[in-house]
Amino acid sequence: MFDYAFLILLLPFLSAVVLGLFGMKMPRKVAGIIGTCMLGTLFVLSLYTAYHYFFYTGEYTAMGETFNVTDGRLANGTYPTVTVFNITWLKFTELLTFNIGFRLSPISVMMLIVITTVSLMVHIYSFGYMAERDENYKFEEYEHGFQRFYAYLSLFTMSMLGLVVATNIFQMYLFWELVGVCSYLLIGFYYPKHTAVHASKKAFIVTRFADLFFLIGILFFSFYVGTFNYDLSVNPGLVETLSGLAKNPHLTWVLPTALFLMFIGGAGKSAMFPLHIWLPDAMEGPTPVSALIHAATMVVAGVFQVASLLPIYVQFGAQEQLHWIAWIAAFTAFYAAAVACAQRDIKRGLAFSTISQIAYMLVALGVCFYEKEHGSFYSAEYLHHGGLGYMAAMFHLFTHAMFKALLFLCSGAIIVIIGSNFKEYMGGLHKYMPITNICFLIGCLAIAGIPPFAGFFSKDEIISACNALPGVEGQALKWIMTLVAGMTAFYMFRLYYVIFWGESYYEQDPENRRRPQEVPFVMWGPLVFLAIISITAGWIPFGHFVSANGLSYDIHIDWSIATTSIFAALIGFALATWMYAGKKQPVADALQRTFPRLHKAALNRFYIDNAWQFFTHKIVFRCFSIPIAWFDRHVIDGTFNFMAWGTQEAGESIRSWQSGDVRQYAVWFITGTVALTLVLLCLI
Amino acid sequence: MNYSDFFKMIPEASLIAILIVLFVADFATAKTEERKWFNPLASVLLLLNTFVCLYPMGTQNLFGGMYETTPAVDVMKAILSMGTFIVVVQSRVWAAKSGKEAEFYMLIVSTLLGMFTMMSAGNFLMFFLGLEMASVPLACTVAFDMYRKNSAEGAAKFILTATFSSGVMLYGISFLYGQFGTLYFADIATKMQATPLVIMGLVFFFSGLGFKISLVPFHFWTADTYQGAPTTVTGYLSVISKGAAAFTLLSILFHVFGDMMEYWHVLLMIVVVLSITIANLFAVRQNELKRFMAFSSISQAGYIMLAAIGNNWANSVAALSYYVLIYVVANMAVFTIISVVEQNNGGKTNIDDYNGFYQTNPRLSFLMTLAMFSLGGIPPFAGMFSKFFIFMSGVNGADINTTMGAWAYGVVFIALLNTVISLYYYLKIVKAMYIVRTDNPLPTFKSDCNTKFALAICMAGILLFGVCSFVYEWIAAAV
Repeated sequence: MFDYAFLILLLPFLSAVVLGLFGMKMPRKVAGIIGTCMLGTLFVLSLYTAYHYFFYTGEYTAMGETFNVTDGRLANGTYPTVTVFNITWLKFTELLTFNIGFRLSPISVMMLIVITTVSLMVHIYSFGYMAERDENYKFEEYEHGFQRFYAYLSLFTMSMLGLVVATNIFQMYLFWELVGVCSYLLIGFYYPKHTAVHASKKAFIVTRFADLFFLIGILFFSFYVGTFNYDLSVNPGLVETLSGLAKNPHLTWVLPTALFLMFIGGAGKSAMFPLHIWLPDAMEGPTPVSALIHAATMVVAGVFQVASLLPIYVQFGAQEQLHWIAWIAAFTAFYAAAVACAQRDIKRGLAFSTISQIAYMLVALGVCFYEKEHGSFYSAEYLHHGGLGYMAAMFHLFTHAMFKALLFLCSGAIIVIIGSNFKEYMGGLHKYMPITNICFLIGCLAIAGIPPFAGFFSKDEIISACNALPGVEGQALKWIMTLVAGMTAFYMFRLYYVIFWGESYYEQDPENRRRPQEVPFVMWGPLVFLAIISITAGWIPFGHFVSANGLSYDIHIDWSIATTSIFAALIGFALATWMYAGKKQPVADALQRTFPRLHKAALNRFYIDNAWQFFTHKIVFRCFSIPIAWFDRHVIDGTFNFMAWGTQEAGESIRSWQSGDVRQYAVWFITGTVALTLVLLCLI
Repeated sequence: MNYSDFFKMIPEASLIAILIVLFVADFATAKTEERKWFNPLASVLLLLNTFVCLYPMGTQNLFGGMYETTPAVDVMKAILSMGTFIVVVQSRVWAAKSGKEAEFYMLIVSTLLGMFTMMSAGNFLMFFLGLEMASVPLACTVAFDMYRKNSAEGAAKFILTATFSSGVMLYGISFLYGQFGTLYFADIATKMQATPLVIMGLVFFFSGLGFKISLVPFHFWTADTYQGAPTTVTGYLSVISKGAAAFTLLSILFHVFGDMMEYWHVLLMIVVVLSITIANLFAVRQNELKRFMAFSSISQAGYIMLAAIGNNWANSVAALSYYVLIYVVANMAVFTIISVVEQNNGGKTNIDDYNGFYQTNPRLSFLMTLAMFSLGGIPPFAGMFSKFFIFMSGVNGADINTTMGAWAYGVVFIALLNTVISLYYYLKIVKAMYIVRTDNPLPTFKSDCNTKFALAICMAGILLFGVCSFVYEWIAAAV
């Protein structure tokens, strides 16, 4: 039934190849239309896939396996894990093969929807954003490199889709690196700009550094387990191998170590403290890219990875590592929210908000736990005992992708009109950009967790999941996350007020400054579409589709928790209103004067970047790079020089033999033959 | 004698038919300057031959065991036939200019016929016959530019060394006959025992084929001949002739000397390490591109024979065939570019001549770079995959706890280290093309359509044969 699925990877690949190779030969608009049409097709295909996956009744086969489903569910009430195809690409040994495949599970289907929806919106929106305009915002021509932009977007979409449908950890890694490359290419899209080049390098090096750990983790895993497969539900043999490994007293360290190493890779991509430093700089890329890659899709790859491996974490003795993840994420959430409160650049503010929100998802995964008495991960009881976080994380991933993409695209609309990222040049825009204003407000309400917007539901589930974790740890996490929810409301509304209310930069000097106006339809259309999703997404019975063990789960709001978090959000909202809603901001200015150091520290992201700078320049360069450079210059170059010298000498001496004297060749020939014979005769 | 057996030698019969067609075509039409159809005719015939080789014949034993076919041989024949097709396609301009176009194609096809016979031999005499059938026309092609001193010199050296090595090899074969009283592969295999006489026979026989594959220390002719021969012929020598000989060697070692595996494993380990290392060290210093490619090909020959260090015939032959296939496309790409540059610039083949090549001929330099990357084994080009499978087959069945197993791992490790060195010298060319600035780079020129076509095939191979895993899977399944 899913036989067409290969198209989902092939179409964007083809469009990337066509646009990459022939894009320069076609008009800019045509290139954009090709890319967008392809993505439209992909979007329809994904919706069709999701519809069939979740609602089909009847029988279908895939890879020789028959699935008998009612409303998408198997007889035991779970959604099947369907492997549509799985091609052996490289055979390392009989058991260890590197496959490229396509697998549908509830979360990969959800990711298909997320990726194609946001990507389609970004494709359409970029027609407006990536254009050169004159004084009166009148369209002149699409930007230089427009074709390249769409080629990269297609390539990125292909890579991201390949990542989420991976049948094994190595395929995931392959596409993981590909999305990294695409991110690098797109951050550095404006390559004549120095900052863009630096940001792209920073992003690539930091994530690549983290990916090294991912690779080491994979090597550990595959060496001891003997396979790259990770999906317990379709590889029955894997459960035995893993439990054998977990029980072996000498090898209990293997799985936790491997998993945590893999998580470090995920932390790099998902910008967890202290590897988050690349994400704010990545905002140098075009804003639609920030919306697609650095807010909605690629940065949640780490969350997706941990979620995919969660059954192994909880069942095979890596509980401790999950807790570490929860705490790292909780700290990151708090840290990023604090920094977000003091940013002047609206995109950077949103970037820190993204970090904070991704951390929410990882906290939710980190508080998943497992009690032996409730059987395996896939048993019915698990859902209510420790598995809630999984559903909550995925739910938040889904809603966050929508409203964060919305917020980024809104900020892009503002940047197009204002021509700057800094809040000083904005203010009072609600009069001039009414649609963007409403959409941004909806995004803010959603992310702040005000009911009935999407963010409220998913955030509530996350805090409930924290609450479900027994002991002090769960309570502590619950309160931290509630506090961060309040901070989220504060910094988002601060941003909203300084952009859309307050004193207008234009009105201070209307003679000499451009009058802001609403963006064209091709830009506000996607905004409205995403805003509608951000309003309604919370009402999707998400637990029905995605849950830890695949069984249907009715989301019910725990009102004691919900009230607290709404209360926190309202306090944040009220504080922001009090401080920033007016034309002047006396309170904020006073605070800034009273705590100049704190403000400066927050503005400078608490100097984490400087710490890394110090670490790399002073420690890594001095202690490792300089000795290595010395080693390279003296020992390695010396060896090569010696070899070259030796070769030259040898060549010189042989040259005399090779000066056309065939008899010498014959002598060497027969000497060699006799010498080899003697060696072999010695073996007898 | 059953004459119907002739019709079961389909690849050979097809090559003979091609020879006759070419001969008649040449004979029947006037030798004017304008015989534009001749090259396409030869190319199409060879392409057809490639598909004919793939005609499934299974395992057969003809002429009382003199001639054998197996699926593995068929695959290899198809690969070589395809390689010859590329050689013929890219040779058009040069061959037409030489005025002896038809002779060239006929000579090339007859060498191929000799190689096919050699690969399918079931008897040492038949094998020897095939080897000589390949050698003599090959010497003619090396001397094809007969008024150029280099060419004649290269041919003379080639034929003299070839004669010498044939003598040594025949001597070795006579030892084997003396020991076993038969020259049939199958009979010898059943009687095999490691007496000193047989060991001498093995090494002497090995050195004869080692000469064809140009393994150290039987490689001395290579540099002179490669440099002297017309570039197209050098390309042919470096891939087709080498591939055929390597396959035959592997096949005979496994099927005739199968019981003496330990001995020839030791032999190969020494020779492979020497070939790869020494050739690499020489290549680093070369400035003449064809000489450089000669040393590169010696080192690649070492990699090819690495397959024989494994102990599983199916794995080894699959890896070897695949390696040769990739080597054919990558090396032919390089030689096609050298040839077209040479033709357009009055015979310039020094690496220095390529300085600043990118400024004037960006496309050709890009293709050259890809080919060099593939030869050096950089992913995701095909060369990386072929090296991977060669290394895998080299350590196949090797237990690191035994001496031989440890040695096998050691040899593969040395080969791996040498990949780094080889990367260094392959990139030297890339550096010359892209980075070295010069005031008078080679002028921009347009390549002819045959060159473009040949390069397109090679590039498709370099880009796709590795990433599309089914190519290897297909070879592995076929053998």
